[in-house]
Amino acid sequence: MAARAFRWLDDRLGLTGIYRTVFDRKVPKVNWAFTLGSATLFLAVLQGVTGVFLTVYYVPHPEQAYESVNYIMTGVPFGWLIRGLHHWGATLMVITVVLHMLRTFFYAAYKYPREITWITGVLLLLVTLGMGFTGYLLPWNQRAYWATTVGTSIAGTVPWVGPIIEQALRGGTDLTTLTLTRFFSAHIWMLPAALLGLIGVHMYLVIRLGISHVPAADE
Amino acid sequence: MAESESSAGLGRRTFVTGVVGLLGGIIAAVVGLPAIGYWLGPSLKKQASDAWVPLGPVENIPQDVPTLFTFTRTQQVGWERSATSYGVYVLRSADGQIQALSNVCTHLSCRVTWNAERNIYLCPCHDGHFARDGAIVSGPQPRPLDRFAFKIEDGTLLVHVVEA
Repeated sequence: MAARAFRWLDDRLGLTGIYRTVFDRKVPKVNWAFTLGSATLFLAVLQGVTGVFLTVYYVPHPEQAYESVNYIMTGVPFGWLIRGLHHWGATLMVITVVLHMLRTFFYAAYKYPREITWITGVLLLLVTLGMGFTGYLLPWNQRAYWATTVGTSIAGTVPWVGPIIEQALRGGTDLTTLTLTRFFSAHIWMLPAALLGLIGVHMYLVIRLGISHVPAADE
Repeated sequence: MAESESSAGLGRRTFVTGVVGLLGGIIAAVVGLPAIGYWLGPSLKKQASDAWVPLGPVENIPQDVPTLFTFTRTQQVGWERSATSYGVYVLRSADGQIQALSNVCTHLSCRVTWNAERNIYLCPCHDGHFARDGAIVSGPQPRPLDRFAFKIEDGTLLVHVVEA
């Protein structure tokens, strides 16, 4: 019965075809460094799921942000786990993204025909760092506040347009409630949307082009 | 290294797929099951609460004069605290009878005050008048003043406050 139901769906949706294309790809003999992309993807999904759950209680307002995070940590069952996964997942994701990039670079996997995979990968690195930067402010504790003060000040040192960038990031000259809400918006809507689109292109290219082999010593 | 999917043994490919599925299931459960508790946690918490609030030794309460006792109670919903102030008019008669009336008018929740001259509780908002025992004298109020349940323990008067 289940097999018949599956075949009925498969005939119409092409599930087996999708599975074969995505998972049954031919791969050269590779090593564990080739799992870093998958690890990053896993962490991205984990960040998405835990992040969605955090918004159940989090409030992006200077008077409530810290309190609501505190409530997640102490008042909600497993709140510490959800936030802990999000917190450490963020750090780990930056690490895996960088290692993934280093592997690609040193194995020269960015070369023809994979230039666009590399370019989207660099953009994904930037978006990931942006997620880390915007997410860091959200608990609205002293560390978050001053880290963002310093971070946005660094943007302000750009010649000519620096002050404009700084104020655009802060939503004014100072770090205020406007900074918190725009960082929140960037963190849960804009950057994830960019991330999703870029991951789509990146994954499509990985599946379409296959992965490169470990270069030989004389290559 | 030919793939040997023999009918008797477990093939390498099937084994790996199974292990990946199993690990995936474990990871999903580690995140997913706590997430249920995370979502439901505050929903299952009892919201209404009640308490016995001490108003002081009974013998200190003036006799035959409605005396106002006020106190504030804080509630916490999630991380938000809110305070509610209560006013209780306690009347201790000479024979030891005690009544504890809420000073909240039953009309639109203004606070009534005891007017000794006229021997009534007076609501300033819509001129509601209540008798010494809280009964309606005149005005728009639908029912007499609410009464607090009370008890005396070791000579101390306690009123029962029920928070909605």
